[in-house]
Amino acid sequence: MSARATCDAASLYWQVGLRGFRRYATYRAATFAGVVTNTVFGFLRAYVFVALFSGHADVGGYDLSDTLTYTFVSQGIIMAIFLWGWWEIALGVRSGAVVTDFSRPIDYQFYWLAQDLGRSVYHLIFRGIPPFIVGALAFHLRFPQHPWTWLAFALSVELGVCVSFALRFMVNLSAFWLLDYRGVGTIMQAVWTFFSGFAIPIAFFPGALRTVSEMLPFAAMLATPVNVFLEKAQGLDLAAALAFQAGWAVVLLLVGRLMLAAATRKVVIQGG
Amino acid sequence: MADLLSIYVHIMAARMRAQLQYRVSFVLQLVGSFSLSFTDFAVVLVIFAHLPYLAGWSLGEVAFLYGTSYMAFQLSDIAVGQLDQLPVLIQSGDFDMVLIRPLGALFQVVTLDFTLRRFGAFGQGALVFALALARTDIHWTAGRVLVLTLMPVWSIPIFASVWVVGATSAFWAVRSMEVINLVTHGGQLLTQYPLQVFGAWIQRLVIFVVPLAFVNYFPSLYVLGKPDPLGAPEFVRFASPVVAIVLVVVAGRIWNFGVRHYRSTGS
Amino acid sequence: MAPIVSVENLEKRFAVSRKRQGARGLLGKLARETIDVRAVDGISFSIQPGEMVGYIGPNGAGKSTTIKMLTGILVPSSGLVRVAGLDPSRRRIELTRHIGMVFGQRTQLWWDLPLRDSFDLLRYIYRVPVERFRVNLDTFVELLDLGPVLDTPVRQLSLGQRMRGDLAASLLHDPEILYLDEPTIGLDVVVKARIREFLAELNRERGVTVLLTTHDISDIERLCSRVMIIDRGHLIYDGSLSAIKERFGDERMLVVDLEEPAPPIDVPGAIVEKVDGPRQWLRFHRSETTAAALIAAVAARVRLRDLTIEEPEIEDIVRRIYGGADPGRAR
Repeated sequence: MSARATCDAASLYWQVGLRGFRRYATYRAATFAGVVTNTVFGFLRAYVFVALFSGHADVGGYDLSDTLTYTFVSQGIIMAIFLWGWWEIALGVRSGAVVTDFSRPIDYQFYWLAQDLGRSVYHLIFRGIPPFIVGALAFHLRFPQHPWTWLAFALSVELGVCVSFALRFMVNLSAFWLLDYRGVGTIMQAVWTFFSGFAIPIAFFPGALRTVSEMLPFAAMLATPVNVFLEKAQGLDLAAALAFQAGWAVVLLLVGRLMLAAATRKVVIQGG
Repeated sequence: MADLLSIYVHIMAARMRAQLQYRVSFVLQLVGSFSLSFTDFAVVLVIFAHLPYLAGWSLGEVAFLYGTSYMAFQLSDIAVGQLDQLPVLIQSGDFDMVLIRPLGALFQVVTLDFTLRRFGAFGQGALVFALALARTDIHWTAGRVLVLTLMPVWSIPIFASVWVVGATSAFWAVRSMEVINLVTHGGQLLTQYPLQVFGAWIQRLVIFVVPLAFVNYFPSLYVLGKPDPLGAPEFVRFASPVVAIVLVVVAGRIWNFGVRHYRSTGS
Repeated sequence: MAPIVSVENLEKRFAVSRKRQGARGLLGKLARETIDVRAVDGISFSIQPGEMVGYIGPNGAGKSTTIKMLTGILVPSSGLVRVAGLDPSRRRIELTRHIGMVFGQRTQLWWDLPLRDSFDLLRYIYRVPVERFRVNLDTFVELLDLGPVLDTPVRQLSLGQRMRGDLAASLLHDPEILYLDEPTIGLDVVVKARIREFLAELNRERGVTVLLTTHDISDIERLCSRVMIIDRGHLIYDGSLSAIKERFGDERMLVVDLEEPAPPIDVPGAIVEKVDGPRQWLRFHRSETTAAALIAAVAARVRLRDLTIEEPEIEDIVRRIYGGADPGRAR
């Protein structure tokens, strides 16, 4: 690819991402309702953890402040990362609109990824910051010591979005083969609610469950970014954590591409 | 009343027939509902992997609260969860249709659909409850058996009334409902744990304002024979039926008030 | 006979919040003011049993708001409403048994159920005796030709089929009054004709009182002996269709074919409405000039090849009334 073509492609995806950002910026009332929800659930969970720590100073390497920070950060970034009930591609498959999308001169997977990244930046800022601020007013939360941590955190969240997108992309594409993609989606949602460390930190999991969960891609979605925020990994460990996320993102996006290729063949041969 | 029940049965039967047509889809949704709701209990299990008592409650006792809360909430959801569709009905003007039929508006809204898949989450709650009964050493007396068996009689109406009040706000501001319904969905999480876990302001809120503490917390103190660390008087443990009746009446009044302010903005 | 519908000084005000003028940005969000919009502004009328009344007016004039107050969907701000002897907003549920309602733009059928199941559910809901239900269903299925689609889910029906299904559904409980809100909107000529025939027969055979709102004046020409026109919340006409012509229709159109195209003809007492090549349309008012004087004036200015004088169509008159022509002048 020439430098010029690379530049054109980059600006195209930049525009797509910008559109994703603006698309969600119009739903201000929904954003407000979401912020209230995340904040309230943050409080309820925080109180449960306070009770848990009444008999302990340390659980799985976390103290109470770590855990409360973990709670409000994860409530804040949950929308940026997961986007519950995102079925745009599956609906396109059902309606047949996907066929025209395939014929566009833009990479189908990267198009949606760019849009999702744009969206996630909006959600990270507007759904992420308010619950954390309210939480910090009520509890003792831990702020990063090093200014660079903020940057590493933002990067880590976006890598988490890439992993999450890759998984959601596959679940959506399953609509090509399965009549009931929603049932599959709910089961997947259960898996990543628990194994991402959203319901409770993975560090609290007992023994082998913790070891296995820390290696799964679900950890790369949420647990890693929050741990980066808590500065649990620094220096080389931080690089390793980001590499862990990037590795899963690449692998899962590639698997998604294989699925996409199979889906495209299916469309070409059977006409959808 | 018997008439209403027979209409309900007929509407629901028609709906169920439509849903059961796609059997695989139904089973998958049931499994999805079960597993997603199970993540809530997984959290309880992880917590108890680190300590024997949470705020003085054993795993079996917390499971008792969790199970009763889950079953009551899911049954209320099955009964009145369709109220979440009210903003859509109001915005589209389809609420008009509800008002030209010879049935109560509330009855019609809650029977708009019947989500069988929620029995997945209900089953999860029932399973945890069975575990609780096996793990706790309850000294069964006639009174305790009675309170336990009667629990659905008040717990479902309390959740449902809160739901109705939250939904009524949609007659004025469609988005307000999402925020108010937080109380119901948040209430499900809240009633899974002993009340003393939560901050004082939350305790006051769910005792005096949105009386979710009467769903299962106070009656469970009686059934499990536990002292109340909040120091509420003894009769509070038996006040749930009265609370439920008052709430149902208040919710009904508020709902009727809302319906009279319906503006029918659709065409 | 006692009227089946009577309305006195009926009003409906809506509080509408809007941006204060001149306030912008964040200030505009905060500086909102509430103004009262009078959707229905003091109207009175009554309808006798067995009448078929057309209720027309431009969009937003207050037609639907009136009908919604007659059914109890909306609570009036002030004034008196009695339908079948009942106050609709106070005794809505009781009233529903006396009324049937069809909205052209939405359905009261169950979207995912076959038509037959919807009818069956309505039988339970309205507690229609089985024999009566059978008779009604058979009658309506035959008259509306619903037999072939009875087992089709409603979402798969065409607009015309759905509309006929809705009509049948609204009548299963033998209502005395039928409200129809745009029942022929978007339908083709054949279905329209069928529905009109059905309504006429329903009124003739069963004496059902019909109140019909529509944009299609031909619906009213075929069905209604009486028309009410509402504009900006006021009832501006209530009488027979033919009397509209006498009251508002004193304008005519002179259509002239010229030898060659010409600029709009400037003659006193007439306005050129339209020019199409050598043909021009001149609107004139009976009270201002006569046809003979106008023709003479035109002939003096241009060379004529042919001419006709058109009586106004009801539809044109109504459109002009909507268009803001001052009804006070005709009064």
